[in-house]
Amino acid sequence: METKLIGSSSPHIRGDETTQSLMLDVIIALVPALAASVFYFGFNAVVLILASVISAVVTEYLCQKFMNRPITITDLSAVVTGILLAFNLPAEAPWWLAVMGSAFAIAIVKQIFGGLGFNFLNPALAARAFLMASWSSHMTGGMIDPVTDAVSSATPLSILKGTASGQLPTLWDMFIGRIPGVIGETSTILLLIGGIYLIYRGTIKWIIPVFYIGTVAVIALITDASTLPYHILGGGLILGAFFMATDYATSPITDKGKVIFAVGAGILTMVIRKVGGYPEGVSYSILLMNILTPMIDKYVRPHVFGVATGGKKNEK
Amino acid sequence: MSTKFTFKGGIHPPQSKSFTENVPIEEAPAPDIVVIPLSQHIGAPCEPLVKVGDTVKVGQKIGESEAFVSVPVHASVSGTVKKIEQRYVPGGAKVNCVIIESDGKLEVHESVQPKGNLEDLTKEDILSIIKEAGMAGMGGATFPTHVKLSPPKDKPIDILLVNGAECEPYLTADHRIMLEKPDLVVLGTKAVMKALGVNKAYICIEDNKPDAIEVLRKETENEEGIEVVSMVTKYPQGDEKRIIHAVTGRVVPSGGLPMEVGCVVDNIGTIATIGNVIKTGMPCIQRVVTVTGSAVENPKNLYLRIGTLFKDAIEMCGGYKEEPGKIINGGPMMGIAQHTDEVPVIKGTSGILVLNKEEAEVPQESNCILCGRCVEACPVYLMPFKINRFSKLKNIDGADEYHATDCIECGSCSYVCPARIPLKERISVAKKEILTRRKKAK
Repeated sequence: METKLIGSSSPHIRGDETTQSLMLDVIIALVPALAASVFYFGFNAVVLILASVISAVVTEYLCQKFMNRPITITDLSAVVTGILLAFNLPAEAPWWLAVMGSAFAIAIVKQIFGGLGFNFLNPALAARAFLMASWSSHMTGGMIDPVTDAVSSATPLSILKGTASGQLPTLWDMFIGRIPGVIGETSTILLLIGGIYLIYRGTIKWIIPVFYIGTVAVIALITDASTLPYHILGGGLILGAFFMATDYATSPITDKGKVIFAVGAGILTMVIRKVGGYPEGVSYSILLMNILTPMIDKYVRPHVFGVATGGKKNEK
Repeated sequence: MSTKFTFKGGIHPPQSKSFTENVPIEEAPAPDIVVIPLSQHIGAPCEPLVKVGDTVKVGQKIGESEAFVSVPVHASVSGTVKKIEQRYVPGGAKVNCVIIESDGKLEVHESVQPKGNLEDLTKEDILSIIKEAGMAGMGGATFPTHVKLSPPKDKPIDILLVNGAECEPYLTADHRIMLEKPDLVVLGTKAVMKALGVNKAYICIEDNKPDAIEVLRKETENEEGIEVVSMVTKYPQGDEKRIIHAVTGRVVPSGGLPMEVGCVVDNIGTIATIGNVIKTGMPCIQRVVTVTGSAVENPKNLYLRIGTLFKDAIEMCGGYKEEPGKIINGGPMMGIAQHTDEVPVIKGTSGILVLNKEEAEVPQESNCILCGRCVEACPVYLMPFKINRFSKLKNIDGADEYHATDCIECGSCSYVCPARIPLKERISVAKKEILTRRKKAK
């Protein structure tokens, strides 16, 4: 026969999910919180998100071009990093802070280590840590209280900690996001909608968010039950638990590993919040658990079918 | 029994069975030429018993080997032996083949005689009938059936599992056999039970074939020891270790065979053919093949003669509907892509799947994002992405440590991979390396 047949190894059909479709799902899940950030914090939120996303994508393109790697900006992973980084910025932050952060996230944290999947830290969180260390006044100062529209650095957690003065917000305000904070973390309900969408779509598994938030809740209950709502809703826990800690490349593969990771992050978060120097500990605790992830994956493996476990006999 | 049996892991690919699931099996005409490979099974190839110019009849033995792990081959048409030469077979290799030109008469050889009542046959009789009929696993693995049915003395067998899962998408041959030939399925099951000396057989069917379950439940109503079980529809439920685990709870040890846990698993097509051999005496010269796919004009379930060329089979289904991109021997998950349509149907050809150009396109691979979907999908609980990495780095020790040799090559990992990494292919490469190295070490 004249036509050339294609020969390749089985399987000859593939599933519908692609890296791009998964990243698109994450973006869709972030849209409600993104809209809220614009609603509460105004035009500068738009500027920050755009600056962050554009510089993330451009940095990815330039790095890949420079390193002679295939250009993969269409996989949308840089867009996700850009949005997440912007979500970690205070509303009054200057636009160049977003650019610096995104460039660092993509060039240093992601591309230098080999690109998507090879980074050992969550790019957005590592960039946040970099910005905190370099421009801490910009990172903690320029928050806005959506109720009064005044610049404020008194987040619920910093009031709780005693590092800032002010009145603790109501539960309802924290739930809908009418509190000072970085632009993406304030609206619990919209972040939850996005998170549940991701779980429903199978993009992420429920294990890390549930165990992470659960661990924080249990520690808060044991130590001082009255602070429970502030620990859950007042900071970056919901954003971190659903969107940061579930990052594929930097969280464990197996279910058991995910539990260890999430419980560890929960404990670290509360240790930082309760006894550490910062009022908030979500991002550092996730970064610390990121570092432990390769070790968790090394020791927590699925038990291969039919390989002797010792002592366990087949029923016959 | 209404309990549904299943396993952990696996995938749900689109079934694509609607092309042919309601199309009754059609007796295919004898082609002008058949190409009968002298090795259609795992084990020693046969030596030809005929020479060029000989006339042969349907069912006549034309190749045989002295070895125990081997089965004879038979002429599927009557006519003249034109050539005996090396030809490509669906496995990808070149194999010695007997090429017979049909005289169109389909004259049956005198050796083909009904084998009488099953009650009168001894265990040894049945084993010898099965061997002489050239029976090899028709699910695709083509392991000689009589060898499987002759386990060593220290491995007593107490359960026969008849595999009617047909979990590969597109394929409907086994489904149609169960619907249309339930009597042969039951006769074959009883014969194999007798050969094995077991009192219990389960006919295992996925619940996407409720009609087949119903038909066979009715057919086995009064049969002692034969039970039809409904299994959850999930790929690769038809893998023998998955079936054994789902239905009996027994775990076949790593690297072991089903007989280690007292089980034998036989494909339902094999069982029905054994039933036919007992009933009519006709050896394994025909099989039901699902000829299907978007690039086939009229997809069908054909009862084809072994040795029919793929192109003739596709012609019997109205030819190509559009330019073919890929021609696959078997199903889309584990089947083998052919480089030509001039390969013959063999005993293990469960389907001829023709994909169009678009479907056949090999996807571009990108970075592993460590999403863990391959780990989730693996029915053996391996970490495919890890073995993939070791395989790429030629780190054979690493691949071995992560149990690459336990891979059943079902392809579930490659199927789910969002980065389109050919995981199964890389694991197969590592597996082969490990096995060669182990052999050398011995």
